[in-house]
Amino acid sequence: MGGQTPWQTTGPFFHFGLPWSGCADLTGDTTLGARPDLVQPGHGYGVTENPTGRNAVSGTRIEIAGHVWDNKGAPIIDGLIEIWQANAAGRYAHPEDARKDIALDPHFIGFGRCALDQTGGFHFRTIKPGPVPGPGNTLQAPHIAFGLVGPGFLKRLVTRIYFPEARAENAEDPILGIVPDNRRSTLVAVKDPAQSNLYRFDIRLGGDAETVFFDI
Amino acid sequence: MADPAPYSREDDAVQPPLSFADFKASVVRAPTKPLIRVPHTLTEVTGPSGEGVWEKLMGGAVIDLTRQHSGTPIGERIVVSGRVVDENDRPVPGVMLEILQANAAGRYVHQYDQHQAPLDPNFTGAGRVVTDANGNYRIITIKPAPYPWYNQRNAWRPAHIHFSLTGSAFANRLVTQMYFPGDPLFPLDAIANAVPQAYRDRLVARFDMETAEPFWALGYRFDFVLRGRNATPVEN
Repeated sequence: MGGQTPWQTTGPFFHFGLPWSGCADLTGDTTLGARPDLVQPGHGYGVTENPTGRNAVSGTRIEIAGHVWDNKGAPIIDGLIEIWQANAAGRYAHPEDARKDIALDPHFIGFGRCALDQTGGFHFRTIKPGPVPGPGNTLQAPHIAFGLVGPGFLKRLVTRIYFPEARAENAEDPILGIVPDNRRSTLVAVKDPAQSNLYRFDIRLGGDAETVFFDI
Repeated sequence: MADPAPYSREDDAVQPPLSFADFKASVVRAPTKPLIRVPHTLTEVTGPSGEGVWEKLMGGAVIDLTRQHSGTPIGERIVVSGRVVDENDRPVPGVMLEILQANAAGRYVHQYDQHQAPLDPNFTGAGRVVTDANGNYRIITIKPAPYPWYNQRNAWRPAHIHFSLTGSAFANRLVTQMYFPGDPLFPLDAIANAVPQAYRDRLVARFDMETAEPFWALGYRFDFVLRGRNATPVEN
């Protein structure tokens, strides 16, 4: 029986492999999420042909955009964000979520990636997830799990995004309940005043509004 | 429904810290406040799973990096194979294993890489394969070369291959690097040295003539151990 394999950083040169064309678009067939501008000509990587029929995904289409800042306040321009979420009804496409009363969506997997852009920005197109069970008989408010890797990151940083309009659900959320009151707002997105389906969510590794990161 | 059985936690004796002074880039990329420990919910124990899920997401496997272009890449052809298991020695099937590496001259096909070494039009250096029912994988590639980087004076990375493993749980994600046995740069590397010394050798592949193919390629074995989990769910 062996022990865990140690983590190492992705390094700065992952853009010709880890992101794929459209990896940040869970509901359509745009090329969002990849950085072909960083790959040498003639070395393009796999382009999926929308085989999951993502345009047919059920649920409220949303966009999530934000920036990632290091602990000195500089933008992180070379990281990679991964997301994992339930479908619009609140079911994970995974055998351990065996609740037959909540339908799976054959067009929705719930996993995405986005390579940060030259300003440290990310942008996902997805659907708003439903609530999912929490520990005991609690219910977790709608949320999306975030992982951040990249050069300089010896391990992954993990956080979650919650939604501002779900005030009652957020107040009862068993994970938010573990977070000190004065830091909870770092996990709640802000609705964009100009675009109703766009949520803003910035990730800060330091400063007064340092994002909460989880030890999972 | 029952609470899911949790995965084991990252082993702090084995894993690198988030901030390691000798690896300068890590210092500004670690949070200043402690992480907040949370229980594993359905969110953490689930992830992309099921037959064909990775093909749907990313496209098909790329297991032979020496046949992605019209010609044959320059360099020493090698087979890298191994097994992905958990801490209880159970094979982990269905893991998307992605690799990234420099070419035989130590150059990546990346615009940020300005090392004065040639690109190889016949070598990209990215591959992916899903582990089989026994947790096994096998990749054919070219042995990468060391290259210089900005860290301490005259810093050179040992030859290495980046591995990214995404399993069917958000909690058991792993990104790591595989090094080659006997590399004189390995003990000098600030990134490898972020791992506590007693466990650093877990990052070094084993030269293996069983993996080698006669008149074709030498072979290396590199196994992975992902976080395991307790056996039974807790019924409420």
